[in-house]
Amino acid sequence: MTVSTQTTSFRPSRRSVLAGSAAATGAFTFGFAIPFGDEAAAQAPNPEINAWVVIQPDDKVVIRIARSEMGQGTLTGLAQLVAEELQCDWSKVTTEYPTPGQNVARNRVWGNFSTGGSRGIRESHEYVRKGGAAARMMLIQAAANEWKVPASECLAENGVITHKASGRSLRYGQVAAAATKVEAPKEVPLKDPKTWTIAGKPLARLDTADKTTGKKIYGMDLKLPGMLNAAIRDCPVFGGKVKSFDAAKIKDMPGVKHVLPVGDSAVTVVAETWWQAKTALDALPIVWDEGQHAKVSSASIAEWLKEGLDAQSAVVGNQNGDVKAAIANAARTVEAVYSYPYQNHACMETMNATALYTPEKCEVWTPTQNGEAALAAASEASGLPVAKCEAYKIDLGGGFGRRGAVHDWVRQVVAIAKQIPGTPVKLIWSREEDMLHGRFHPVTQCKLTGALDKDGNLTGLAMRISGQSIVAGIFPQNIRDGKDPVVFQGLNAPGPEASIGYTIPNLLIDHAMRNPHVPPGFWRGVNLNQNAIYLESFMDELAHAAGKDPLEFRRALMKDHPKHLAVLNAAAERAEWGKPLPAGVFRGICQTMGFGSYVAAVAEVSVSAEGKLKIHRIVAATDCGHAVNPAQIERQVEGSFVYGLSAALHGEITIKDGRVEQENFDTYPVLRMDEMPKVETVIVASGGFWGGVGEPTIAVAAPAVLNAIFAATGKRIRSLPLKNADLKRA
Amino acid sequence: MAKLNVNGKTIDIVVADDTPLLWAIREQIGLTGTKYGCGVAQCGACTVHIDGVATRSCALPVSGVTPEQKIVTIEGLSPDGMHAIQQAWIKHEVPQCGFCQSGMIMAAAALLQANPKPSEADIASEMTNICRCGTYNRVKAAILDVAAGGTLGRG
Ligand code: FES
Ligand code: FES
Repeated sequence: MTVSTQTTSFRPSRRSVLAGSAAATGAFTFGFAIPFGDEAAAQAPNPEINAWVVIQPDDKVVIRIARSEMGQGTLTGLAQLVAEELQCDWSKVTTEYPTPGQNVARNRVWGNFSTGGSRGIRESHEYVRKGGAAARMMLIQAAANEWKVPASECLAENGVITHKASGRSLRYGQVAAAATKVEAPKEVPLKDPKTWTIAGKPLARLDTADKTTGKKIYGMDLKLPGMLNAAIRDCPVFGGKVKSFDAAKIKDMPGVKHVLPVGDSAVTVVAETWWQAKTALDALPIVWDEGQHAKVSSASIAEWLKEGLDAQSAVVGNQNGDVKAAIANAARTVEAVYSYPYQNHACMETMNATALYTPEKCEVWTPTQNGEAALAAASEASGLPVAKCEAYKIDLGGGFGRRGAVHDWVRQVVAIAKQIPGTPVKLIWSREEDMLHGRFHPVTQCKLTGALDKDGNLTGLAMRISGQSIVAGIFPQNIRDGKDPVVFQGLNAPGPEASIGYTIPNLLIDHAMRNPHVPPGFWRGVNLNQNAIYLESFMDELAHAAGKDPLEFRRALMKDHPKHLAVLNAAAERAEWGKPLPAGVFRGICQTMGFGSYVAAVAEVSVSAEGKLKIHRIVAATDCGHAVNPAQIERQVEGSFVYGLSAALHGEITIKDGRVEQENFDTYPVLRMDEMPKVETVIVASGGFWGGVGEPTIAVAAPAVLNAIFAATGKRIRSLPLKNADLKRA
Repeated sequence: MAKLNVNGKTIDIVVADDTPLLWAIREQIGLTGTKYGCGVAQCGACTVHIDGVATRSCALPVSGVTPEQKIVTIEGLSPDGMHAIQQAWIKHEVPQCGFCQSGMIMAAAALLQANPKPSEADIASEMTNICRCGTYNRVKAAILDVAAGGTLGRG
């Protein structure tokens, strides 16, 4: 076993690789391995004060992080929260990941590993801060014991404990060993965020340097002694199977070691190098049984969803008043139908994992947003109990939801490793495989009907969503009474999560579930993306129909939604809504709420006579309650717009003959630098709650741009992506 | 068989002629800083310098490179990770997940070598690498910073 040396950069040293080879039959670990008993911990060279904090004799502070780092900065943010309460010297902080197996062995002392839904910080801030605070109290107690003074007379600051009366002081490293023997405190008060000095500050990330030198090891870069490399092809038609494959045709190709079935739907070639594996796989004749979905197309799916827009049966998500009556009695009604396509996560690093299986143990190394789910997948696929499995997390080359709820690639690599026991094997998906076998941002359509009175006030809104449910596809056990609550993100009744920001006297929002065979997944922003486009574009339509300014029209409905309103106002103010713009430039505005945060945006665009769109600038306002690291929040907001604008401008997966048509970035284009607008972020940290950061602002990218396009051209785009729209002046 | 000059060293490798340079670098030579993102010259994650020119190594077979041509990968950009671009990347905290950044840095370094004072428009048209985390504005700011400081010259 290696000792506690894993740092944020995950650099399998030569030593750990050698250690691995010596232990290849069993106890291979890249992670740290702290002895678990309290007594053992006290004797260890690097004393564990508690599950979250290890302090080394040289004062180095190792903070344990349970959530995954995929670029969003959670690692740094969580470390800031622990360090804040620990009162340690920030310059001495490093981090490490406990493994999911250790979490299981220690009764889930680190809580949930899942890193999705912008939950990294907002759902663990309390217990990680308590971990830091408890460790500080134990360190102080240890010093007080040594000095034989009451702990209440001692103070900890910057990693040093002082007893003012006697002028004595001790560094954390000096009392760490003794602190491990101190009983953990029962009451652990937390600091008032107003007094924070480490948390809440725009500190530099802890994990940047190795990302600039090529030293950082991603899952795709992992190398184990004796490792083979695998390429895979799953039946391109979802639900299809392998009928046969002709291994003899490729078995003599360079480097090829094995040609194996993976489950009943995929084939792998295992070779010395991945390039050899891929080359041979490309030459392998495979006959597919395409199954019952081989005739499905985007058009047939769209037809089915369209039928759902007027279907009798639907599940209500939010309702008040009598919308039918409001529409019947309206001075004027407005109706529109919107649609949103499938989209792929297209993480920069394609899916990959490495596994080593023996009848006694199954180990998996993989970039994952949820180490515990990866462990569970390894256990299920290997047939070994969880206690005989381990999953080692590697920082992700992008996650965006693809590497969270479903670990299909982990099941595959374990199924392969199981057929070659004792040999480590790394499975890398080609970009084509990654594009074809995504867990797609699902298709929905939406029909909206608005009722206006004679003064142009909104008296009723009916919103029918028709389309695919992610929850039904991934966690069907969570569907109650036919309802997928996630479908209504951003449209819920007033409350702390994803609530609609308008008070409308008569409202009905319902969902007709239609689940095509294409597997859906949680995709950065989830259903908030589609819903914000539908509602916020339509609000714009209503405002124009009522002859009102889109901002004023919204404000009139938002009196009872002060947080929604505050960010809307903040965005409008920074963007100088209403003030003149350069000739040819037009604004659009929108707001929504999800993942615990309130967000709004103003986009400035121009559209040339030939129909070429340029997005000049987006101003985004976000209220995430407590802002743990403002610098990282700004980066997340910028990044979210790249993701959101990629989706709005280009993102479209189409289905033909039951399979995905796009295979790579040439047919699935994404935003590049030349299309990137200036982004200004206004952080409205109103305090008192913990909202997410990674996702919410994505949802306001598209509607702000769509509304600005309308302002510029008079064209209302109701079907995404924009690449299919003709913006040419008529 | 191929003879390649990588980061100043001549290396003999046993590999099929049509193997993309990217995979020879990653699998035969063992330098994994150069990334695979698409394999079809679309994303730039695999960017290396060949005689100073930014080149997408996934689309170039090893047989297309002569032993005299100097290949530089991210690992060879500077001896200590302190190339002006790398320093600017740290200062501006450009990377998010970091997966695209080796390619970004190599593309940026080649751009500045060829055009030490690029305009914003030059940068936008030259830097066509894909970043799914969305670091484009930081990339641009870091390049402009280096260009303004005229600090390029190492590595
Ligand atoms: S991997 Fe070479 S350009 Fe994408
Ligand atoms: S930093 Fe993640 S893809 Fe660019």
